[in-house]
Amino acid sequence: MHVPDGFLDAPTSVATGVVAAVGVGIALRKAGRELDDRTAPMAGLVAAFVFAGQMINFPVGAGTSGHLLGGALAAVLVGPWTATLCVSVVLLVQGLFMADGGITALGTNIVLMGMVGVWVGWLVFRAARMVLPKVLGMVPVAAAVGALVSVPVAAAAFTLLFAIGGTVPVETSTVFAAMVGWHTLIGIGEAIVTGLVVAAVVAARPDLVYGARDLIEARVLEIRGAAS
Amino acid sequence: MSRKQLFAAMLVAALLIAGVGSFYASSHPDGLEYVADKTGFGDSADDPKTSGSPFADYGTAGVDDARLSGGVAGVAGVLLVLLVMSGVVFAVRRRGREPATADSDG
Repeated sequence: MHVPDGFLDAPTSVATGVVAAVGVGIALRKAGRELDDRTAPMAGLVAAFVFAGQMINFPVGAGTSGHLLGGALAAVLVGPWTATLCVSVVLLVQGLFMADGGITALGTNIVLMGMVGVWVGWLVFRAARMVLPKVLGMVPVAAAVGALVSVPVAAAAFTLLFAIGGTVPVETSTVFAAMVGWHTLIGIGEAIVTGLVVAAVVAARPDLVYGARDLIEARVLEIRGAAS
Repeated sequence: MSRKQLFAAMLVAALLIAGVGSFYASSHPDGLEYVADKTGFGDSADDPKTSGSPFADYGTAGVDDARLSGGVAGVAGVLLVLLVMSGVVFAVRRRGREPATADSDG
């Protein structure tokens, strides 16, 4: 979903740039609390994994493709503030070195993938965790649900920006239907990849998964309670 | 699995996906590109300002073999992202431990 230079006009790009700068600024202040000495190395590795995952375009039919956005995945593994930083670093490297995503559109891309994608993924994950059974096995399921929803919502957010500052007059409803339709399909791929990767990390070391912390803490308390 | 084993596995997975797996990725336009072309705003995209970068478009300048060119760019990207994000985390956590700059908003 990398927006190139030119899709959005200058005022809109400046505005998203300001929103992205404020969002990343807050994330820089908050991310430290999501990581401890044991989990800190996860952040760099998750960012690297998201970069790699974004290179794998999977076909979604009719000559189009999609790839992992990674917002929900990163949020569940290392926490939403850290995830915003992870995705922003990925977008920065892609924009500067891979010519993927515009430089004037960097703010737009951080807003869409690093903020909307991450936070919608995280909040839907949290909501899904509340209704699902409180067991570790449900963490990947909830992550997949968050991932599934995050992609079409980010696509809808792009449509909103395009309606405000698109450089070509195209009917908003046409763009909305096409963006959300295709990105719902891409969201299914996002859900599968996110679910599988979270399941693998939860199976290996659930104590290092940010989105499973409450379950681990509850388990430790139970063991302590039983021992006393 | 030890923590170090998990970290190593994640790094190896990322390097293999970017360095080897990416060759097999679909080359169809992604969702946004496709929608832009179909609904009529695809041509408003400017040429990338960084297309002169040695790894532009996930290829390596001067390497003709497509598999190697993409693989080197992928590995370089993974390591660059790992380095930058680890640096950000180091800075964020070090700043957070200094009592003078500690904030009290919860």
